[in-house]
Amino acid sequence: MIDLTKKAGFNLSSRHRAERRFQWAGRSAILIALLFLVIMIGTIARDASGVFRQTQIAVQVDLDAETPSSSYGRIIKTALRDMFPDVSTRRDKKRLYSLVSPEGSFEIARMVVDNPALIGGSHRLWLTASDDLDLYLRGKVDTNLSEHQRRISDAEIRWVDNLRAAGHLRRVINWGFLTKGDSREPEIAGIFSALVGSAYSLAVCFALSFPIGIGAAIYLEEFAPTNWVSDLIEVNINNLAAVPSIVFGLLGLSIFLGYLGLPRSSPLVGGMVLALMTLPTIIIAARAALRAVPPSFKEAALALGASPVQAVFHHVFPVAMPGMLTGAIIGMAQALGETAPLLMIGMVAFIVDVPESILEPATALPVQIFLWADSPERAFTEKTAAAIVVLLIFLIAMNLIAILLRRKLETRF
Amino acid sequence: MWLDHVAVSLLGAAAGVAILVTAGIVFSLVFEAIQFFGKVPLNEFLFGLEWKPQTAIRADQIGSKGSFGVLPLINGTLLISAIAMIVATPLGLASAIYLSDYSSKRMRGWTKPALEILAGIPTVVYGFFAALTLAPFIRVTGGQLGLEIASESALAAGIVMGIMIVPLISSLSDDVIHSVPHSLRDASIGLGATQYETIRKVILPAAMPGISGSLLLAASRAIGETMIVLMAAGMAAKLTLNPLDAVTTITVQIVALLTGDQEFDSAKTLSAFALGLFLFIITLCINVIALNIVRKYQEQYD
Repeated sequence: MIDLTKKAGFNLSSRHRAERRFQWAGRSAILIALLFLVIMIGTIARDASGVFRQTQIAVQVDLDAETPSSSYGRIIKTALRDMFPDVSTRRDKKRLYSLVSPEGSFEIARMVVDNPALIGGSHRLWLTASDDLDLYLRGKVDTNLSEHQRRISDAEIRWVDNLRAAGHLRRVINWGFLTKGDSREPEIAGIFSALVGSAYSLAVCFALSFPIGIGAAIYLEEFAPTNWVSDLIEVNINNLAAVPSIVFGLLGLSIFLGYLGLPRSSPLVGGMVLALMTLPTIIIAARAALRAVPPSFKEAALALGASPVQAVFHHVFPVAMPGMLTGAIIGMAQALGETAPLLMIGMVAFIVDVPESILEPATALPVQIFLWADSPERAFTEKTAAAIVVLLIFLIAMNLIAILLRRKLETRF
Repeated sequence: MWLDHVAVSLLGAAAGVAILVTAGIVFSLVFEAIQFFGKVPLNEFLFGLEWKPQTAIRADQIGSKGSFGVLPLINGTLLISAIAMIVATPLGLASAIYLSDYSSKRMRGWTKPALEILAGIPTVVYGFFAALTLAPFIRVTGGQLGLEIASESALAAGIVMGIMIVPLISSLSDDVIHSVPHSLRDASIGLGATQYETIRKVILPAAMPGISGSLLLAASRAIGETMIVLMAAGMAAKLTLNPLDAVTTITVQIVALLTGDQEFDSAKTLSAFALGLFLFIITLCINVIALNIVRKYQEQYD
């Protein structure tokens, strides 16, 4: 008789080594994936941290009652020249003026509107500084590079150091990033208009996809006859879930914009396209929620004389509701991060003003991220990272709500 | 009673919307694509080796036709997807096997959701990371090794896309591995096999159809992905297998053709719909095959 134990035991240690190698491979695979996640979020958060605060520069301005607001730009220039009287050449003057953001004159105008008492006197006003000055102050400019390789010149660096020594610079929390619209100037650009565009689109998306999705789920789970039509719908929904998002954008471009003539770039069309995309997610989640309701609920209602529709709507639907809502929130979170289909229907416009209705041109937060990521200025890279952080915070919040909702309302039968 | 009928028909109509969406996709893509193929012959589109959709302003200009050969785009799409699958398959499968067969319940409890986070991050975020962090890193590292690497390389886009689809592969494979009957596992362990031998010789062969289905779904996801390649892979349409080169994909060209100024009915604009139809058909075929494999497999053990 062959002694199998001997044969098996012969190479037992190498078999165990293989076992350990295999476990190690599994562990490192998970580690690599998670490490990537940490590095990605880490670099983005690091880049974003600079946007948290912004630099302001103090200028002493004289505001007469006669000064029209159109000449505030000139007032700022005069004030800067007074601070640095030795600046003489045209080129240097231009550089000096560029320390203050081009938005500065509008900021004075807004201050005057808010506080008319400013007129008639000399005041020290804090204006937003240029993005290059801000980057230099935060040490993001490599001063070892030769002058023409960086965006801030030696003269500017000297002035900024003087200003800092004289207490004419300060750093404040950058609320403008959350409350203002897009701008060509990175120090002014904010995400509010994109946030509003996203909110409108999501509202439209939810209003369409939630009722339709739940209706479809109830029909397929409770009322659909078992025939080829139901099978077709079933297969169809599974396939729709895997259609590339950009194809939905093409559908929106061709049908919603081309045939129906709906306004281009509007959150209405954006929301409609997103609704079509999230529909499969919502239907699949809602069906799972309906299936989790024990059949005894429905049977008891039917036995007591309820019609099938009454049984479903009075007894099955309310129990399945939390699960359906959870699915809908997760679908909305997906829709919030979706970019490609919105590019197709023209939501890539440069939007400064906050859209006031779902018919006006708008952009969405992920599209704003895409647009800023394309800008060459270093300051816009930081803005992009900060916008990503805001987007991720919204996504985390939505997923947390979904998880809490499920924990709180879910009943196991 | 009539109210019940109304309610049921309304619900049925809601379910019908799903069919309408598919019909809408097919209708819009086919309709515009037919117009395109009226201007550019189908065989030129399918077998042309050059993609230069610029149409001239004046009709008599030299090279005014533009060339619409889809092969360079297929080349780029497959190159990036292949890189993504090379990254994602080992990572996804290894983590799925580890999570389902080795890890403690507690570790599984927090690792699985952590991996799912990767799936929940919007693709535009991956694109940003690929274009502004990974691509420069690869270029600098390659430069130190004496390699000439384009600032927009297929490699950066492919790696990042691979990480993105890891959770897709790992969660689908995890389900598949879980549905292998316990009796198979117990029998193998009972015969004295180590856990690794059980997995390699018993569980993986049994789960193979399901796993290949999940890999196909992941590949279809990679082929249809837009934002990562749009931000990190570039616009250069060329026939190359070099992962360090800049390539372009079908999805990138669709976006490039349809954003910015456009005139309807020009071959340039219409070609985007032909590309869309092409993409739709490819991904649909892969999805149908994959879903069928997965379903057949599940029935086998039910």
